[in-house]
Amino acid sequence: MATNTQEIPALLDVRDVSKAFGTVQVLRSVSLKVSRGEVVTVIGPSGSGKTTLLRCVNFLESYDSGSIRIDGKEVGFREGGSRQRRGERDLAAMRAETGMVFQSFNLFPHLTAAGNIMLGLTKVRGKSTAEARSIAEHWLGRVGLGHKADSLPAELSGGQQQRVGIARAVAMEPKILLLDEITSALDPELVGEVLEVVRGLAQDGMTMVMVTHEMAFARDASSRIVFMADGGVSAIGPPRDILAAETDNERLRSFLARFRASHF
Amino acid sequence: MLGQIIYALPFLAEGFALTLWVSFLVVLFSLMAGVILGVGLVYGPVPLRWAVRIFSDTIRGIPILVLIFFVYYGLPAIGLHLPSFWAAVTALTLFKTAQVVEYLRGAVGSIPRGQTEAAMAIGLTFRQQLTSVIFPQAFRRFLPPWINGVTDAVKGSALVSLLGITDLMQAINQVIGRTYEAMPLYILGALIYFAVNYTLSLASRRLERRFTFIRE
Repeated sequence: MATNTQEIPALLDVRDVSKAFGTVQVLRSVSLKVSRGEVVTVIGPSGSGKTTLLRCVNFLESYDSGSIRIDGKEVGFREGGSRQRRGERDLAAMRAETGMVFQSFNLFPHLTAAGNIMLGLTKVRGKSTAEARSIAEHWLGRVGLGHKADSLPAELSGGQQQRVGIARAVAMEPKILLLDEITSALDPELVGEVLEVVRGLAQDGMTMVMVTHEMAFARDASSRIVFMADGGVSAIGPPRDILAAETDNERLRSFLARFRASHF
Repeated sequence: MLGQIIYALPFLAEGFALTLWVSFLVVLFSLMAGVILGVGLVYGPVPLRWAVRIFSDTIRGIPILVLIFFVYYGLPAIGLHLPSFWAAVTALTLFKTAQVVEYLRGAVGSIPRGQTEAAMAIGLTFRQQLTSVIFPQAFRRFLPPWINGVTDAVKGSALVSLLGITDLMQAINQVIGRTYEAMPLYILGALIYFAVNYTLSLASRRLERRFTFIRE
């Protein structure tokens, strides 16, 4: 092992990322470092750029300036600061290193639960069908769906679908897992089972960036909370600081106040 | 009447085979070209999209008969002499290709954007996204209009008789020319075309049922 005198480089290093959709500035010079094993939740009013930031991290969206590095590697652009987009295959290979779970699950409806997980394992990781199947079964067991391996997504409840979505992402052994409002499309009684899975992953040391409206979860499960407003990082820190009622950040205070009023 | 039909059958066999051959070639070529151009229309860079759009709209705006005459009688003016058979196949293929482009665009366009994103997120390349995620789902929507188009191709192939090619239609006309019994022969022709197309429709319905399990 190398000596630990140097600062451990961040696993995810977002630097000064800005992005505009036409005339609307959705990200304003966002910077964020996430270390290995950290769980960072991103909160903020809708339209604050949370989801866009997440989508930039695996380059589902491009960005206008700044840089995003995972494990030291520039995500969407070629090294050297030329801002030349990576080639299609190169991008695909980069994306395989980040897992993403979507608000609307986005399971492949023509494939079974196991098939959804196996697709990336066979096509991208080059595993044999048998090997992929056993990995899929392992992860389905982890998310409590070992008995649903051969069910089609349409035969599963929302909570079950989202757990398959999580299993599909983590089975690829990504360096970092991105969770985009993964419980927002669920009936309230199904939220718990999904968050339970995420909590288990956090305990296993999975590095995660999670956009969420589940404040209790953000408070209990994350190492740091990022509060975004108007496309910028407005506050960042440990949960107890960010969620403290007496913060002097005006935007954050009013967000939390409105949030408490509507959710409790 | 039955006697006349039985008398005619051997003369029609060769024409019928040619009708099937023309239809087959047209369906095959138009499927290949249409899928490629359709993918270009949906995913390609803007100039390519425009080119395909213009091609498709132009072709679909021209009567198929005009297209056949244009390829056979028109193209020699620019030095392109196609034998009547290939001129007919080319014209029909152009016509069908423009339709396949639209079926493909519709079918692929009906797949939610999230499917592509999920496929990208697990690291699939563009080609893998299409073959493993988009096409298997789009197939169910592509199939019904496409089979309809195949039956159109079989019916449309009767137009090649106008270039003097002895397909089923032309063979029927030749027999009528000898026997002067139009009615039984045209009824026979109609029955043969119907039998082919009805078989295709049945096959299509079967296939569709096999793919109805895909729900969103």
